[in-house]
Amino acid sequence: MAEIKTIPDFSLTPRIDQVGIEERASRFTKRSIKNETKIKGLKLALNMIDLTTLEGKDTDGKVKQLCYKACHLHDAYPGLPSVAAVCVYPSMVAVAKKALGDSGIKVASVATAFPSGQSTRDVKLRDTKFAINQGADEIDMVISRGKFHQGEYNFVFDEIAAIKEACGEARLKVILETGELGSYDKVRRASDIAMYAGADFIKTSTGKISPAATMPVTLVMLEAIRDFYYKTGKKIAMKPAGGISKAKLALHYLVMLNEVLGEEWMNNEWFRFGASSLANDILMQLMKQKTGVYQSADYFALD
Amino acid sequence: MATKKNNTVKLQFDSSRNLAPALESKSVAKIADQYDLFINGKFEKPSSKKYFNTINPANEEKLSSVAEANSADVNKAVVAARNAYEKVWKKTSAKERSKYIYRIARMIQERARELAVIETLDGGKPIRESRDFDVPTAANHFFYYAGWADKLEYAFPNRKPQSLGVAGQIIPWNFPLLMAAWKIAPALATGNTVVLKPAETTPLTALKLAEIIQEADLPPGVVNIITGAGATGAALVNHPDINKIAFTGSTDVGKIIQKAIAGTNKKATLELGGKAANIIFDDAPLDQAVEGVINGIFFNQGHVCCAGSRLFVQESVYKIVLQKLKDRMESLIVGNPLDKNTDIGAINSKQQLDVINKYLKIGQQEGAEMFQSSCNIPKKGFYCRPTIFTNVAQSNRIAQEEIFGPVLAIQTFRTEDEAIEKANNTPFGLSAGVWTDKGSKIFNMTSKLRAGVIWANTYNKFDPTSPFGGYKESGFGREGGMHGLEGYLTV
Repeated sequence: MAEIKTIPDFSLTPRIDQVGIEERASRFTKRSIKNETKIKGLKLALNMIDLTTLEGKDTDGKVKQLCYKACHLHDAYPGLPSVAAVCVYPSMVAVAKKALGDSGIKVASVATAFPSGQSTRDVKLRDTKFAINQGADEIDMVISRGKFHQGEYNFVFDEIAAIKEACGEARLKVILETGELGSYDKVRRASDIAMYAGADFIKTSTGKISPAATMPVTLVMLEAIRDFYYKTGKKIAMKPAGGISKAKLALHYLVMLNEVLGEEWMNNEWFRFGASSLANDILMQLMKQKTGVYQSADYFALD
Repeated sequence: MATKKNNTVKLQFDSSRNLAPALESKSVAKIADQYDLFINGKFEKPSSKKYFNTINPANEEKLSSVAEANSADVNKAVVAARNAYEKVWKKTSAKERSKYIYRIARMIQERARELAVIETLDGGKPIRESRDFDVPTAANHFFYYAGWADKLEYAFPNRKPQSLGVAGQIIPWNFPLLMAAWKIAPALATGNTVVLKPAETTPLTALKLAEIIQEADLPPGVVNIITGAGATGAALVNHPDINKIAFTGSTDVGKIIQKAIAGTNKKATLELGGKAANIIFDDAPLDQAVEGVINGIFFNQGHVCCAGSRLFVQESVYKIVLQKLKDRMESLIVGNPLDKNTDIGAINSKQQLDVINKYLKIGQQEGAEMFQSSCNIPKKGFYCRPTIFTNVAQSNRIAQEEIFGPVLAIQTFRTEDEAIEKANNTPFGLSAGVWTDKGSKIFNMTSKLRAGVIWANTYNKFDPTSPFGGYKESGFGREGGMHGLEGYLTV
């Protein structure tokens, strides 16, 4: 593992030009993904999904159904990959863990007073440890956006580092909640703080705030990952979440990933989609590629 | 230790370049086997009886053969333009003129796809660029100048702007349709008639434009389009009944034209070569700056007179900028221009490819270090990998002369003054780019750089409302915007 020798001054993180980043992001959408590249891309996107349910109304039964769907996306299409993980609240981790069994699908749990993060360090640590004890493989934490806006970067940094320590072997995803940050400059700064503090993943959004993931925001974060990799040799994974519900958009994200970080990141160890309805649209597109016609949405299970 | 680590850190982009083909269909492009000269509203056989071939530089296959106009044909076209000017166009009301120009704009939009495919077939540029840039911008120029036709007195208050007469226009091969639009639209809006000669390697979209003009019912002779090589251009420049020469092309030919028209009454605007400096300061948004450098030099295979062919990077960020630039270059897709995913298409002609390759040799002989993207290029057709040179000195030819290809010369600087001095240390002065997060620095730089167009935190942006033109040996006169009217009027 590469070591990080110096922690940079986060008030001096690289600046982002809004016009330039948006223009670059839109350029990826001009790529025309066809035939075998499309099928490969769709299957890969499917395999990168963190199938998510984060509702107050979640029950054991609902989570079990989701887990079954995670393993059997669409049995009418043999040879499909499974999703990467199922993402639930801490109280549902044990249910999910049991339902997924030895499928190889990871259980991710949000923690740290998700989604607002408005609680004490102690509560956040206990929230995290509870999820870990229940068997979570991955923890999705939120940063303290209020402190971040106040310029308390050390506070934000230390909090991430503390949660990372509590995670032990589990991989830590740090949610920046970019919809609350207000500028690309701040997204970049928060990304840098998270990576230097020990994040394994940086993640755009909770999905509870609009706007959630956008291509320019994700691009800012991918470029931050690249700069971090240039500097330290350490790879960080990326997870855009929320707002990606169409297969075509998912392919645009993969094009972007491929052209910014290259093929080493093109797998579910290094990239995830946080999404719930994306899977069915991808399935629909895959069936269209296979049969030549679109099928009704009723042919795809809603779990 | 840190540098060692940097060397092992390598991103891989092979899969991003190997996408399944996504070819634009050629079926919309109707190209005749042979094209004649468009004179007085009709296609006429050349009195030279000669035709020359125009090929697709992407695969070297013949597309069509095109008439070669000799001096008798040029004379015929000029006479037609003169007659149309005196008898019809001069008397046509500004409002009517503007209706014709609008109509041409609309028809370009209607046939956008066909024009884009033909532009790509004939010139080698990626379909993404001809579809998203060349054709829409060409239509926009017509739209924009249509609006000026009846407002000339507002553009030049308290004057009585008068048209000149017959404009001889010679355009280059890098943006064939767009350059035709840049030339024809303001000339018509100001009440002049036109004889236009497209470049010999890329005549087809201008001839398609002739078809559109014919279909738009523009009075015969108002626009005449004649094809041919240098001799045809010379005959046009030297014709005694021309009132104005508008030329876009190389500085060498520009000088010949200026000599030829010295002592005559002909007005001229010349838009010539360039060797633009793109300047990156250490406080710039670096990833966007790198993207700007990519757009600056690899847009249209670098066949752009305002291409950012010299890059100046502040010393403190040189290493990281170079690393980012090289990785970005690796993700560029070079290949069949008709593929929608192609970023860099074919070099326009064998002749131009030879010029570029000559400079690649010169650069290496001068001791500069060459880096090229590792991508494969097609075996047939004219292609050049995106190329950068480091360890370049101001005295190197690759830093002084216009290469007109995807070749970038990179130097470093320490202070603002040094950047300004080096950027201005060239006989050219067409364009420049400045990359910094600091507004005051932008204003300081833009007021001291001697270039006609300076972009700040962006590059190669064009709009019909914005004037374009050069300082020094990059020419004189402005095209585009309100300024673009002046070259076609006495005020």
